[in-house]
Amino acid sequence: MDDLLSEFLTETAENLSVLDVELVRLEQNPNNPELLSNIFRLVHTIKGTCGFLGLPRLERVAHASENVLGKFRDGTLIITPGAVSVILRSLDTIKGILAVLEATEAEPPGDDGVLIALLRDVEGGKEVSAMGVAASPPPPAPPPPPVTPPAPVSAPAAAPPPPPPPPPPPVAVVREPEPAPVPAPSVPTPAPAANKGKAAPKREVAVHEPETPPPPPGDGGDVRDAANKESAVAAQTIRVNVDLLENLMTMVSELVLTRNQLLQILRSQKDSEFAAPLQRLNHVTSELQEGVMKTRMQPIGNAWAKLPRLVRDLAHELGKKIDLQMLGADTELDRQVLELIKDPLTHMVRNSADHGLETGAERQRAGKSETGRVTLNAYHEGGHIIIEISDDGRGLDIEKIKQKAVQNGLATEAELTTMSDQQIQQFIMKPGFSTAAKVTSVSGRGVGMDVVKTNIEKIGGTIEMKSTKGKGSTFIIKIPLTLAIVSALIVECAGERFAIPQISVVELVRAASDSEHTIERLKGTPVLRLRNRLLPLVSLQSLLRLEREDNANDDETFIVVTQVGTYTFGIMVDRVFDTEEIVVKPVAPILRHIEMFSGNTILGDGSVIMILDPNGIASASGEITISEGGRGETTAVQTARQDDRMALLLFMAGGGAPKAVPLSLVARLEDVDMASIELSNGQPVVQYRGKLMPLVPIDPAFERHGEGRQPVLVFADGDRSMGLIVDEILDIVEEKLMVQLAADRPGYMGSAIIAGKATDVLDAGHYLTRAYKDWFGSSSGETFEEERAHRVLLVDDSPFFRNLLTPLLSVAGYAVTTVDSANEALNLCEAGETFDVIVSDIEMPGMSGLEFAQAVRNGSRWQDTPLVALSSHASARDLDRGRQAGFDDYVAKFDRDALLYTLAQTLSEHRGAA
Amino acid sequence: MSNAKLPAKRGKSEETIVSGSQDFVTMTIADQMFGIPVLQVQDVLGHQRITRIPLAPPEVAGSLNLRGRIVTAIDVRLRLGLASRPKDKPKMSIVVDLRGELYSLIVDSVGEVLSLSSEDFERNPATLDMRWREVSTGIYRLNNQLMVVLDVSRLLNFANMEAA
Repeated sequence: MDDLLSEFLTETAENLSVLDVELVRLEQNPNNPELLSNIFRLVHTIKGTCGFLGLPRLERVAHASENVLGKFRDGTLIITPGAVSVILRSLDTIKGILAVLEATEAEPPGDDGVLIALLRDVEGGKEVSAMGVAASPPPPAPPPPPVTPPAPVSAPAAAPPPPPPPPPPPVAVVREPEPAPVPAPSVPTPAPAANKGKAAPKREVAVHEPETPPPPPGDGGDVRDAANKESAVAAQTIRVNVDLLENLMTMVSELVLTRNQLLQILRSQKDSEFAAPLQRLNHVTSELQEGVMKTRMQPIGNAWAKLPRLVRDLAHELGKKIDLQMLGADTELDRQVLELIKDPLTHMVRNSADHGLETGAERQRAGKSETGRVTLNAYHEGGHIIIEISDDGRGLDIEKIKQKAVQNGLATEAELTTMSDQQIQQFIMKPGFSTAAKVTSVSGRGVGMDVVKTNIEKIGGTIEMKSTKGKGSTFIIKIPLTLAIVSALIVECAGERFAIPQISVVELVRAASDSEHTIERLKGTPVLRLRNRLLPLVSLQSLLRLEREDNANDDETFIVVTQVGTYTFGIMVDRVFDTEEIVVKPVAPILRHIEMFSGNTILGDGSVIMILDPNGIASASGEITISEGGRGETTAVQTARQDDRMALLLFMAGGGAPKAVPLSLVARLEDVDMASIELSNGQPVVQYRGKLMPLVPIDPAFERHGEGRQPVLVFADGDRSMGLIVDEILDIVEEKLMVQLAADRPGYMGSAIIAGKATDVLDAGHYLTRAYKDWFGSSSGETFEEERAHRVLLVDDSPFFRNLLTPLLSVAGYAVTTVDSANEALNLCEAGETFDVIVSDIEMPGMSGLEFAQAVRNGSRWQDTPLVALSSHASARDLDRGRQAGFDDYVAKFDRDALLYTLAQTLSEHRGAA
Repeated sequence: MSNAKLPAKRGKSEETIVSGSQDFVTMTIADQMFGIPVLQVQDVLGHQRITRIPLAPPEVAGSLNLRGRIVTAIDVRLRLGLASRPKDKPKMSIVVDLRGELYSLIVDSVGEVLSLSSEDFERNPATLDMRWREVSTGIYRLNNQLMVVLDVSRLLNFANMEAA
């Protein structure tokens, strides 16, 4: 049976039994307004639910009763025993219909015209007390009219209703549009032919009680008999106080802990006779835990139940056509979690329907189907529930958000220009933010996404968002299955153990001097290079101000890569143990102010440990906005342009402004003893890792002092490296690089504001070629036997990359043309330019690289020109998307070698194909 | 141990406030005797493994597991503004319940339970150290020493503590 229906049956059966009692009480004290309003509320609830479930017959009866009760409540009608009897009778009818509903999952056909008419009369103030309507369920109603002895059920025959005066029989006839004659003559219940096995007992009942005269039609008596039987559904389920379940859960949690403790002891003892029983205890406990957890589980559909109606009403109000799709409604999650996400979910669906979707006309103009779609999708993923709320509407309007952000003083224009689209989108999560131009009754009051975000974070969940203009937005909520027992990673730092909730752990990295990952320090700030990105590190030891007793093996560190929202960072710990199921207990009130901990727990060995709160660590480890950083491969959301922000190494050299170079180009930082510098071929070199490394000073006036140490930036490429001598390393910053003043000095790209200071941005390529003339040429030299330089069109909105790649490609022998947008590139195409290969960025304002590729491939003059995509995201998925759009190849930004190789490869393939 | 028999030279009103006799668990911290009403004491523990809690106030020694419940340990020495305990000195704990939360008070040693007559009770002398006056409800005059009565809820009122 449908969950919703069975729940309705259970609930209504309860309500009805309450009503029976209350109505009788009401009859005794008719002037108790509290009693009356309670009755009214119960009937109203029944009516409302019936309407919702599509049970018209029930609804009609309940509605008519409600009307009468409403008048009672308003005092316009005096409560008389007669009126109460009528109401009681309608309750009996409702019970009867419910019984049939329970057996057949469908309302019995039939009509309650007489009853409703009665109720109307009561409502109309007519005296009905005389009619002797029995309050007891099976009305030993007036002798059955001779017309309809065996097949009374809903025969259209206008059998005279019970004696009471007012009901005009014709009305009953009129109100019986669907006669649905029942063939079986002896079946008093109108069990339809579709009846399943369950109907059988009823038949029996009917047979055994032939003396019960078939009730006359039209007053609902047909179903009242059924009401007498105990509701089978009600018997199958019991209602249990939630506190009891919570209590059970707590006990089971304790049991799990004790079990863990026992297992721990067992592990240290070989050949214990307790082994077998403990093993059994272990299994039973696990099953018990599972079972108790299940009692708290509810399908997420329960939280969605109200949404179709909400969306329908919204569609009506807003004049839109909205199709709400709900997938995975049977995904179960903890009751507690469910309660907590109900409101955020409702809010977000409302948002999608109101803000997200355009009006029908707008949609048609945009070439979309008139009906907008809002999709809810829930599924399990590794101990978490993922809920996606997506719409195919207009997407977030970056410009509008910008305006609004400035208006609300959340950011200045200048700040906005340095932000990526994704960062700007994040503003909608800020308090007091709404992009809806006008405040509708639905949304736009600016109390919204921030509350949603807070609520979701409160239960240890995360919310992510991706939005494409014109295509729609998707919100992805990730929440834990349950709040009571979580899986946590146990780590050790300075001799103390801590638990980190598994939900926020992305991966573990071991960093040691002998592993491929080493922690580098810049001005004391630890960083880790992880897959071509710089991962900010947080030392748990310094964060928690732990004292290390022994400063022993410092050379091995584990890094717990943690993700909070879209911000990824590494927590440095000394050791990593295994994961353990822990029961989160709140910390003592006197410790609540420490943000670093979300709770504490008892481990299997009986020791107490603190549970770290990644959110607290993230916010304590610096001024970190959730929107920064993050890596494309960990979340699908991060389609924003991270290439805009890059880690820059700041240093001083040769006086003047500080200098900057992208950190990703720097392989290592070294201190070189000046005394070890030798001259070779007139060039200063140093022996470095068994090889000669040429040194290039930035300062032309640099002279070799006899002694002292000098910092050197090492650039490496394959087996060659060169050192750039600088005066002082200043800092490492992550900023958006905007080269503002182009430089005409060789060796500089221009100036930019970095860390609030005018900074010279170094053209690394210039120095590289000073060390090795063929620095860029070597890896691709063999492919350039041809005389004519290949023409490359470089499309990239970032001046930095244009400036970085242009010399690089030029040195490699290409003739480079650069444009800063896809539109401009298409203009060139129309202007009749031809290129051998086009290299395009993916993430660009306006037309994106993918759209550009589609435009080029779609019958433009360049449709045969090879296209190479350039992007900071080079995951398999990105690659696929790129290929689909028409790119021939996909290269990660910063991967100089790969780019040159790909260009050569693409060109030769193309030549071969041509 | 017999109590001092000196009759309290106090007004009637005083005696009605603290009347009859009351039982106290006694303890010693830095050679000073303290007492806690016996009904507030849940457990007396010997040495326990205590997990340090980083960033907690210094008076919070850490937390420990008492039969599956997490108990916050408070170093009473530090709370009273005394020097911290020498490392080699043994310690004991008294577990008290405050509004459903368990706290373990770390003291030097726990003595016997005394039944003290209210006649021997006196208010804190006005010249008592501020910090002590704040957590003590009064003094009992015993035969050969004085016993300071600790008020558990005030002892664990950390809002005041941080201000102090």
